[in-house]
Amino acid sequence: MKINDVILRTVVKGVVFIILTLGMYLFFAGHNAPGGGFIGGLVLASAVVLLYLAYDIETIQKTMPFDFKKVAAVGVLLATGTALGSVLFDVPFLSHTDGYFDLPLLGETHLTTVTIFEAGVALTVVGVVVTIILSINEEGGE
Amino acid sequence: MIIKLAVLLPFLMAALIPLVHKHIKREHIGWFVLAVPIVLFIIISSFIPKIADGNTYIHTLEWIPSLGINFTTYLDGLSMIFGLLITGVGSLVILYSNFYLSAKELLHHFYCYLLLFMGAMLGVVFSDNVLVLYTFWELTSVSSFLLIAFWHHRKASRAGARKAMVITVSGGVAMLVGFLMLYAITGTFSIRELVAQVDTIQQHDLFIPALICILLGAFTKSAQFPFHIWLPDAMEAPTPVSAYLHSATMVKAGIYLVARMTPIFGGAETWFWTITVVGVITLFWGSFNAVRQNDLKALLAYSTISQLGLIMSLLGVGSIALAFEFDEAATPIFTLAGFTALFHLINHSTFKGALFMMVGIVDHEVGTRDLRRLGGLLPFMPLTFSIALIGSFAMAGLPPFNGFLSKEMFFTAMLSLQEANVFSIGSMATWIPVVAWLASVFTFVYCMIIIFKTFFGTYHPERLDKEAHEPPFGMLISPFILVALVVLIFFFPNVLVHYILTPAMASVYPTLPLQEITPYVSWWHGFNLELFMTLGVIVLGIILYKTKRYWSYVYTFIQPRNSFNALYEWVITTTEDGSQRLTNKYMNGYLVHYFTYIYIIFVGIIGGYFVLSGAFRFDPSNDATVETFELMVVCIVAIAAVALLFSKSRLTSVFLNGVIGYGVAFFFIVFRAPDLALTQLVVESVTTALFLVSFKYLPDIKPEIASAAQKWRNGIIAVSVGSLVTFIGLTIINYEKFEPISRYFEDSYELAGGKNIVNAILGDFRAFDTMLEVVVLFIAGLGVYTLIKLRNRKEASDVEDK
Amino acid sequence: MESVMVILVGVLVAVATYLILSRNIIRVILGTAILSHAVHLLILTMGSLKQGNVPLLSDSEGPYTDALPQALILTAIVISFAVTAFVLVLAFRTYGTNKTDDLQELRGNADE
Repeated sequence: MKINDVILRTVVKGVVFIILTLGMYLFFAGHNAPGGGFIGGLVLASAVVLLYLAYDIETIQKTMPFDFKKVAAVGVLLATGTALGSVLFDVPFLSHTDGYFDLPLLGETHLTTVTIFEAGVALTVVGVVVTIILSINEEGGE
Repeated sequence: MIIKLAVLLPFLMAALIPLVHKHIKREHIGWFVLAVPIVLFIIISSFIPKIADGNTYIHTLEWIPSLGINFTTYLDGLSMIFGLLITGVGSLVILYSNFYLSAKELLHHFYCYLLLFMGAMLGVVFSDNVLVLYTFWELTSVSSFLLIAFWHHRKASRAGARKAMVITVSGGVAMLVGFLMLYAITGTFSIRELVAQVDTIQQHDLFIPALICILLGAFTKSAQFPFHIWLPDAMEAPTPVSAYLHSATMVKAGIYLVARMTPIFGGAETWFWTITVVGVITLFWGSFNAVRQNDLKALLAYSTISQLGLIMSLLGVGSIALAFEFDEAATPIFTLAGFTALFHLINHSTFKGALFMMVGIVDHEVGTRDLRRLGGLLPFMPLTFSIALIGSFAMAGLPPFNGFLSKEMFFTAMLSLQEANVFSIGSMATWIPVVAWLASVFTFVYCMIIIFKTFFGTYHPERLDKEAHEPPFGMLISPFILVALVVLIFFFPNVLVHYILTPAMASVYPTLPLQEITPYVSWWHGFNLELFMTLGVIVLGIILYKTKRYWSYVYTFIQPRNSFNALYEWVITTTEDGSQRLTNKYMNGYLVHYFTYIYIIFVGIIGGYFVLSGAFRFDPSNDATVETFELMVVCIVAIAAVALLFSKSRLTSVFLNGVIGYGVAFFFIVFRAPDLALTQLVVESVTTALFLVSFKYLPDIKPEIASAAQKWRNGIIAVSVGSLVTFIGLTIINYEKFEPISRYFEDSYELAGGKNIVNAILGDFRAFDTMLEVVVLFIAGLGVYTLIKLRNRKEASDVEDK
Repeated sequence: MESVMVILVGVLVAVATYLILSRNIIRVILGTAILSHAVHLLILTMGSLKQGNVPLLSDSEGPYTDALPQALILTAIVISFAVTAFVLVLAFRTYGTNKTDDLQELRGNADE
């Protein structure tokens, strides 16, 4: 799949950064504002897909050397791992906890284990969506 | 907490095996696995002194607290016995199979299943919650299925595995029903709490049904008559598995259940009669049939059935002790039976495990276990012979082996029935000991067969596959440890009684004073009836063994077609044929027909009930106001939907679908669901892109080829489904019988630390849904990936073939 | 508004049912997609519409609109996306193997 389109590439370069930032924002905003793991993941995935559309697969794989199947697998492990983790602390399955921590640079920050869970969700969404679209595309390449 | 980890450790190791087996040599995997039961055995043994002092250990992990399902481990005397058996025999069996199985086998599968079984079995005996117990119980059935079918290229293995699975799982389901009945009576799943509410249970109408259901589970698992038929077929499994699952541990799960439930059901007449009679019949039928077997392993299988019957009948007699108030003179007579059951349980595991390993050695070294081909092995395999001798004599009930002690006590227990003045026992008090005695005679006969037919007589090298010789030293370690125990228990039984059996008695008879009901075991009781019974067994047994060829024609009366096996086969084949015929009638391969059935049934049943009940209500007065622009979007979506029906090209169809999707997103915005709107917008875009991409590989939509009648029919179905949904929807909007539960979630900041309620629900309140949803998403992604990649690989290999 | 929405849901369900009953595999897939739209709207409507503020504690004061249906729908959207993707790939793989997209012709052998 080779698309030689200078305008598309130039636009994509700019837009992808905006989308990636938006995706990250949505992911972190999810706790108190609209957003969250699913939406963040979907937006991030769409940015990646856009990159694939504008460039060929080889170039992207050089800059982002991830196997998206593994990204999805890591996501599932994170999500189920947070769930199981609570058992180790002798509280019911899937209990979450949160607290305020004084971090350097960021000042007082609200951290919760839900964020880890949500990160798992987001990674799974990114991995699965990109895997699906790439697989379908590769079908054509063969 | 340690016990909980003990249950989980085998599962963790089983999960690790696939990861490590590539990195270590195949021969070594067994040694790696061996560490698990040894460590567990040491851990559990470290509790022995504390348990002997009368302590119990409870640890609860809340699993689904709102349903009362908790993973509570409970370590007391009874679970201690089983825990030690499972890990102890498990260690020996794994050690043995390291030598028994060749490195060419799929060892990582084998040990994975074995660990799975070990964990499940530990789960059964340590669970206090009956639902958790049930889960582990079925897991043992599953792992037993996998192990019986380990050599799955053989038809008999698969058939045996299926039979074991069908019978034990059906029993398991009956047991689950029984547990649910107990829950209905008491409102608790915890065994300890059930024991505490024993009076309520015994008064209840569901008492007898629950009792029968639970016994069905125990009888199928412990191969009691007439469910015993699965055990001989399960002998298709590798011999270490037979030694472990089908003689020492899994089949004793039924015994465990009966012992565990004795405080709840004991004292009831039905409980006593069912267990005692079934146990005695099993005892006799098993030993009677063992004598006719030509395959050494089948002989041991029937002997296991018979011994399980023996233990079961002892538990039955022992339950009488709970039928009347404690009486210093009378009660110990019956608790002796329960005590003997536990004692024989341990003894049986030692000598039967050794015997199974002995048969495995014979099979391994000479290539057959057919009694017609074996004989005269004594000069070649003296060490193996000594195992067989000790094991068989213990099973036959001869001194100086532990079987003698428990056999004497068994006779005492059976004779004690004559002193029972409850349950109108009457003449059965005579008959049961007589049948039990006859069964012991047959037991003696088959024990002689094991020894004399295998090791004495003439040696026929031409009938054997390999020349007879002693096995490698490692294979002898495990059976020798077991026979050493057989002898040690005979000489020092009261050590075992003090540390292991006394605390177990406390679990079976929690209401009785412990000191009064634990007897002192000794091997000499004077010249009493029991001793003469044993002597009679020996005399008659020798006569029957010598004259076997004159009376063995009695077995020709038992035709295969009249047996329970034939009944089982008949049930299986008829249900298979019947369901196939029924299924073929309506499953004709047309997807459209299936959908039509579903829709017609939906409209018929739900719509019919809706009309009959006259539930329809329409009251728009509470509705929110309708703005003009909203109405416009409604119209656009509706028009797009209807237009979709008439669209001739797939591009138009996808475009229209997109219109509907974005319309839905618009409604989400209007109806104050920003999260949904965002998600819907992105998903809709990605979905549309997906459709477009996959159109590369699909043809354009052809106009529907359907008769006008068919179109009308589909149209009528579609309209009726649509209107039914509308009517139900309209009715339900104004349904106000329940308070909405969403107020609870509005405290999300206090409860979950999040200010976005929707996300708090997803990530915290209902995170279980979300977690599984992520898994579903992942599986869908994997599905897509494999659908595409596997084809490519297959085509690539086709090219190579050319 | 609720009544109007329920009627719209009814229309969508009817269309989806008709599409699912057709022989062409793409139309069946589109039918399932529309059915999930309909169900999402139905669930949202059941929680009554426009009765409160956006369910964000930081942005608005109560009463809030019912958040539970929203959470359920969010899950459902993602699942239906995954299912649609899977079925689409299944469809074109079926077409690639059997060279037909007609479900009547895909019924398999009589002896299976």
